[in-house]
Amino acid sequence: MAELPRPDGGAAAHHLGAALGQAELRPQTPIVEFRRVEKIYGEGESEVRALDGVDMRIDPGEFVSIMGSSGSGKSTAMNMIGCLDVPTSGAYLFRGVNVCNLDQDQRALLRRHFIGFVFQGFNLLARTTALENVELPLVYRRVPADERRRRALKALDLVGLSSRAGHTSAKLSGGQQQRVAIARALVTEPSLLLADEPTGNLDSARKVEIMELMVQLNREHGITVVMVTHEPDMAEYGTRTVVFRDGKIISGNR
Amino acid sequence: MLWATLIMSLREVRKNALRSFLTMLGIMIGVGAVIAMVTIGEGATQKVRSDVGALGENMLVVSPGAARRGPERTAGNPFQKDDVEAIEREVTGIKALSPTAQSSTTVVFGNQNWPTSVIGVDDGYFEVRGYKVEMGRSFSEVEAASGTPVCIIGKTVRDNLFPGTMPMGQRIRVKQVSCLIVGLLASKGQAAMGGDQDDVVLMPLRAFQRRIAGNNNISSVYLQVEEAQMTSSVQAQVEDLLRERRRIQPGAVDDFNVRNMQEIADTMSSVTASMTGLLGGIAAVSLLVGGIGIMNIMLVSVTERTREVGTRLAIGALASEVLLQFLVEAVVLALLGGILGILFGLSLSYAATQSLSLPFVISPGTVAGAFAFSAAVGVIFGYLPARKAARLNPIEALRHE
Ligand SMILES: Nc1ncnc2c1ncn2[C@@H]1O[C@H](COP(=O)(O)OP(=O)(O)OP(=O)(O)O)[C@@H](O)[C@H]1O
Ligand SMILES: [Mg+2]
Repeated sequence: MAELPRPDGGAAAHHLGAALGQAELRPQTPIVEFRRVEKIYGEGESEVRALDGVDMRIDPGEFVSIMGSSGSGKSTAMNMIGCLDVPTSGAYLFRGVNVCNLDQDQRALLRRHFIGFVFQGFNLLARTTALENVELPLVYRRVPADERRRRALKALDLVGLSSRAGHTSAKLSGGQQQRVAIARALVTEPSLLLADEPTGNLDSARKVEIMELMVQLNREHGITVVMVTHEPDMAEYGTRTVVFRDGKIISGNR
Repeated sequence: MLWATLIMSLREVRKNALRSFLTMLGIMIGVGAVIAMVTIGEGATQKVRSDVGALGENMLVVSPGAARRGPERTAGNPFQKDDVEAIEREVTGIKALSPTAQSSTTVVFGNQNWPTSVIGVDDGYFEVRGYKVEMGRSFSEVEAASGTPVCIIGKTVRDNLFPGTMPMGQRIRVKQVSCLIVGLLASKGQAAMGGDQDDVVLMPLRAFQRRIAGNNNISSVYLQVEEAQMTSSVQAQVEDLLRERRRIQPGAVDDFNVRNMQEIADTMSSVTASMTGLLGGIAAVSLLVGGIGIMNIMLVSVTERTREVGTRLAIGALASEVLLQFLVEAVVLALLGGILGILFGLSLSYAATQSLSLPFVISPGTVAGAFAFSAAVGVIFGYLPARKAARLNPIEALRHE
């Protein structure tokens, strides 16, 4: 497998910190820090406390598995970690920056520069080749076309799919699609990779393949990984398992 | 970024080739119709102008009788030599002038007859009407002064009286007068408002008055004005002068009229112009319909691609970048439709102008306007769908089925 450079925290963090008008993002501090985070959907009778005063801390280099029964708030927590959502109350610090104070575009910039997503449903663009899918995050980073292509091919190589670069999503198997999705998440060399049930609809051989890839990214490239899963043996791949129930963390916290 | 977005949009358009084409069709037909209408209208206007211009450039025709046609028309006394001299002397801005007298009669050569117009003219007539002597010569001063029966004939007369033979030096009979042919006119062709301008026999006015009319009457005076914009001033001067000479009381109806060819041309081209405007307006409505088609398809496309938008937002696209993407896509659709429409409209109007034998004039302004207009249609009708996409909540968009 090709060598992927270690995530570049420093320079990008500095630029973004300056752009956001905040202190430089500090890579040493916890990459994720929840302080009494609440997320409430709906009002009155139909009020749902998806997250109910969660304190959580994830350090750089960790591989955290999140487990819990359906509706326990795992996806809600992931959306929060990925800066797609903001808490109803409490604070979420991403690399020391309080995400609650950022507007939509500033959060988009955080995602663009630091976070890679792997979705359960792959979410590849239809009728678009694997290569173009992987290039997409680089387009938003204004990476010039030739470098974009080079880096996308490298990421595809890392997930073992360089021979399928020109295939459209429809011509790839589920496992291959998921690997393209992973390549797309890591092509920007994010400091944090978020995966919500990345093995959800794969057979067991594919599952192992994907998990080994995640472990490799975590160990060899120092990417912090947070993964939601229902299956205990998938959770085993992580360095720590956090369990949610009814919007609270019941075990695995530090 | 704009470049990458453009490439992305073109790819998107190509991915849904049939749908994109059908969407463009609306704009294409709209733009095509506008271009065709305007181009054909422009051709018709030019044709009218050049036809009227061919009657005589910057020409005024002064005739006896009130201007209004119909039952009220009064005959009015013909002009006399001193009227013409007064005009020549007192009106400024005249480049050339000719008194004329005319008769519709049959001319005879051998056993051939041909009914035509015989016109007695001065030298100035050739200039005013733009007649050129193709072969032979025009009238000499002596001939003009003495009333020698000589004539110059038009092409139609020549073709009918002298099929295959040379008319120069022959004599034709006009009423009882035998008339020597000294020249042939170059063909001028059909005039705008009927009438074959080559169906004519010209002779010196003096000769016509003496030998054919038997009086010294002048039936019309043809004037050529120096500059087009002086036409109405010259017309006014002539009218004032003749009112005075013919003792017409203020407020009374003139017993003569001055026809302004420029005015006729202007009227006719303003008629074609307003027709063009009307048809163009109707065509513009179809552009509007095309724009609504684009909006419709873009709305469908945004809904269909909700997950894609969610993915883009999650990856770090700004709302403004999503807006730009969909806006560019709409503009690309509209512009492609516009370009196809311009080509379609031009080929349509080329075919139409050829079959109507009108000039085919491409107006760059209209083409540029159509181009800009289709871009504007894309922006205007693409904005709402694009804004809808940009305002999507990434989490909800990602969950969209
Ligand atoms: N947009 C929303 N509007 C209202 N309620 C919501 C919304 N999103 C989530 N919820 C509620 O919040 C709670 C937590 O949802 P969440 O998606 O985080 O669960 P989960 O742990 O990911 O479950 P699963 O394992 O089924 O994916 C659920 O009760 C859910 O119904
Ligand atoms: Mg979930």
